Amino acid sequence: MTIVVVDYGMGNLRSVAKALEHVADGVPIVVTDDPAQIARAERIVFPGQGAMPDCMRELEARGLRAAVLDAAGNKPFLGICIGLQMLFERSEEGDTLGLAILSGDVVRFPAEAMVDAEGRRLKVPHMGWNQVHQSEPHPMWTGIADATRFYFVHSYFPQPAQAELVAGYSHYPFAFCCAVARANLFAVQFHPEKSHRAGLQLLANFVNWNVRSGTIAERARCS
Amino acid sequence: MLAKRIIPCLDVAGGRVVKGINFVDLRDAGDPVEVARRYDEQGADELTFLDITASSDARSTLLSMVEAVAAQVFIPLTVGGGVRSVADVRALLNAGADKVSINTAAVQTPELVQQAAGRYGAQCIVVAIDAKRVVDTPDAAPRWEVFTHGGRRATGLDALDWGLQMQDYGAGEVLLTSMDRDGTRIGFDLALTRAFSDALTIPIIASGGVGSIAHMVEGVTQGHADAVLAASIFHYGEHTVGEVKRALEAAGVEVRR
Repeated sequence: MTIVVVDYGMGNLRSVAKALEHVADGVPIVVTDDPAQIARAERIVFPGQGAMPDCMRELEARGLRAAVLDAAGNKPFLGICIGLQMLFERSEEGDTLGLAILSGDVVRFPAEAMVDAEGRRLKVPHMGWNQVHQSEPHPMWTGIADATRFYFVHSYFPQPAQAELVAGYSHYPFAFCCAVARANLFAVQFHPEKSHRAGLQLLANFVNWNVRSGTIAERARCS
Repeated sequence: MLAKRIIPCLDVAGGRVVKGINFVDLRDAGDPVEVARRYDEQGADELTFLDITASSDARSTLLSMVEAVAAQVFIPLTVGGGVRSVADVRALLNAGADKVSINTAAVQTPELVQQAAGRYGAQCIVVAIDAKRVVDTPDAAPRWEVFTHGGRRATGLDALDWGLQMQDYGAGEVLLTSMDRDGTRIGFDLALTRAFSDALTIPIIASGGVGSIAHMVEGVTQGHADAVLAASIFHYGEHTVGEVKRALEAAGVEVRR
């Protein structure tokens, strides 16, 4: 078995790879931009950092769209941060089209809403440790208590079109979606690779995740 | 809701942690991985490493240190000291830093902040500002000036204006150090911290002057800081990160436990 971390030239993949190595129990972690290696891997991690327009452009420039779409439909797939945002249809950041694997948009924290209960302004980026509330039981939440804190750093968040996509949410100052789940696909807005024990537990859950309910592609064939 | 962050700051030289690390049961108090692990166990929310030698021939040593720490400690790492170019930023991020702090070079070449934030995202660019109070007429509102080169060189820049400009240039966060308070252990310059935190829309890390747990609490409750950074109260084993968090909780501040 190998786990591939998709490299499209954006951000710090070393952190993700190192954290996976820490929990993968000898399973090789391969950081690559080779579509053939992505096609062969058993599990895919799709990270991302920086600006969504740059990330989409680099993904296209490296010819990775088809490989990522195929992986997202067929095998355990974990999106992280911009790697979550790119799964949606469109982002307000640079008015960028995403991969449209999930329906919904990515929007910025609206300046006028960024006030806490005491009337103090909240900062953007949303940076630091916030509680993640689990919307539903999921194998990826195994061993992680509800409302555990994870490390976030982002200015945009997803608004899935269907409520059933939401696997977790956080508050800043309103409830926003920070984890999505659909069949073989799980994606988080926070950074498990920087979230200490809880983050390592989530990554270990991904390494061990046995997708029982049928992949996105299988479900599409049945319906 | 979002927790306020507690950030121990480590000075490094030649890839080793220097300046008064005094953990009782550490085998080698200068080993960055061991020190980082210890703070991680105490519940530090992030770690900041400042390379105080910052000479060009020490860069490769710093990069190996960052690699070693990043492979073992899974919380955010900020690294600063001697960052002069986008290539320096890239090298540190590739080594495993999550954020890179830029100080003197931002004043010399403000476009560096724009370029680095444009390329790697605002989330990983911290602008460090060393601010010193300008003595004016007693009834005037306080003002602060930006200093560079470890606080030795005046720039003539108004600190708050500079902070706003750096925010416009794409900084994701400001590490704000009071040069008047740094090393004094009499507490943050709370007026400075609050002026920045209330005027800027990006997070502010307060630094400079912490001598007690109460100072850390004040930085949040009175200075409105999003994060508080300290060195000596942790290094000399006087206090743990956990003690600071308990005090913050007692003051009604949300922390990560």
